[in-house]
Amino acid sequence: MDNVTLSSRILDRLGHFLPEPFDWLALTLMQIIVVTVCLILCVAFLTLAERKVIGYMQNRIGPNRVGPRGLFQPFADVIKLLLKEVIVPNRANRFLFVIAPLLAIIPALATWAVVPLFPGFVIADINAGLLYVLALTSLGVYGVILAGWSTNSKYALLGAMRSAAQIVAYEIAMGFALVGVLMASRSLNLGDIIEAQAGGMSNWFAVWLFPLFVVYFISGVAETNRAPFDVAEGESEIVAGFHVEYSGVAFAVFFLAEYANIILIAALTAVMFCAGWESPFAGWTFLGTSIFAFLAEPSFFWFALKIAFFLFCFLWFRATFPRYRYDQIMRLGWKVFIPVTIVWIAVEALMFVAQVGPWRVVS
Amino acid sequence: MKRLVYLIKTFTLWELLKGLRLTLKNFFVKKVTVQYPEEKTPQSPRFRGLHALRRYPNGEERCIACKLCEAVCPALAITIDSEERDDGSRRTTKYDIDLFKCIYCGFCEEACPVDAVVETRIFEYHMEERGENIMDKQKLLEVGDKYEQMIAADKAADAKYR
Repeated sequence: MDNVTLSSRILDRLGHFLPEPFDWLALTLMQIIVVTVCLILCVAFLTLAERKVIGYMQNRIGPNRVGPRGLFQPFADVIKLLLKEVIVPNRANRFLFVIAPLLAIIPALATWAVVPLFPGFVIADINAGLLYVLALTSLGVYGVILAGWSTNSKYALLGAMRSAAQIVAYEIAMGFALVGVLMASRSLNLGDIIEAQAGGMSNWFAVWLFPLFVVYFISGVAETNRAPFDVAEGESEIVAGFHVEYSGVAFAVFFLAEYANIILIAALTAVMFCAGWESPFAGWTFLGTSIFAFLAEPSFFWFALKIAFFLFCFLWFRATFPRYRYDQIMRLGWKVFIPVTIVWIAVEALMFVAQVGPWRVVS
Repeated sequence: MKRLVYLIKTFTLWELLKGLRLTLKNFFVKKVTVQYPEEKTPQSPRFRGLHALRRYPNGEERCIACKLCEAVCPALAITIDSEERDDGSRRTTKYDIDLFKCIYCGFCEEACPVDAVVETRIFEYHMEERGENIMDKQKLLEVGDKYEQMIAADKAADAKYR
């Protein structure tokens, strides 16, 4: 069942409340709103999870005062940020200063349009999904660069420069890692990529393209400017990098964009390498009739679980690794990751020819 | 050979995985945080908090205005003026401790020959107005009167080490 059939079923149920093209429009709009709101809620709780997880790893207990076990902490944070004043610095470029956070958040949210969330549901089921993802994730850097430049502050500019160089470096490794996925799945559509990995853990690309998987995930960490690649906002060196001068809502939007990007990278890693909503136990026939049968079924549960695992990895890395030096980041991106991906793509091609692996060569 | 080992180690991310294992282990370690307002850490009888001036059981104040505490105070937080009282004994007319200057070293308590000035276990106090940081004789005596039992017990507990 694809998205079109799902949508038409919903429309049939609702009884086509608007004339022909508009009911589709309204339905899509509704889907967008639902996904975005869920995403923003996820971001809110990811910030709490981050503080809790890092706290636990540092033998602390993290925030636990607002609500039961600190569960309402994100709402307190949001209210605090919303009540603060947005200060535009003197001699800053007002227009770019205000628009930069929007440029950061729009790609972070828009990319979700092509991410298949559960079997048969994706907002935009387009053929060139992978290209769309690559295009939009690279757009995110413009928000950062413009924020750094328009602020008219030296720290912000330094942060923006670092971020730009870093994202350019890792974008390439990321793209090459995805080329491997593309070769294996023979499709640019994310839904098809997931289906190409159906049939249990042994078919996941994370197994067969393990080096690409590692490179992709680490590049993803670098892309989102997270520790240990957070030189763009390294507190100890350049205060807060590109968003030093941002406060209040504008800062909150940057914050939202950063975390939405993290969730996005986690989701994309799950889709590209860990079969998205497919179950790792698919094909375990002995589960067939027992109460655990649902474990072998593809469902949103598995997708969420995989995303949660990768998000945990993000926080785990942040709690573990010290910040990379700037030149080391460049060396890793250009001189290690790119060669590794190219070599593994060649190995993958050899595997095709030798007919090793889960993929069947279509002649 | 060494180079080969190094290469294998870097490409398997060996050291990074070791670091990750350590943080994951600490993730599951039982947390020992003391949740302050509800839970408190144990205090020693020697705890050095808010100051107090003590009295003898008959109500006579202990301080004899020897000014040893004023002399020993490294932060110059204590100011003392003294005068002869009607019965001929030397007493303080002014005994001020500036809580902002005080570094809570406890030297005044050690210097005092009559155990008059002491530091109590009280550490949760605050000031709401300018000038409240100066503890004058009146306030110090009030603190002493209020917590005499606690102070006496602490002194007794510590007596054999002095």
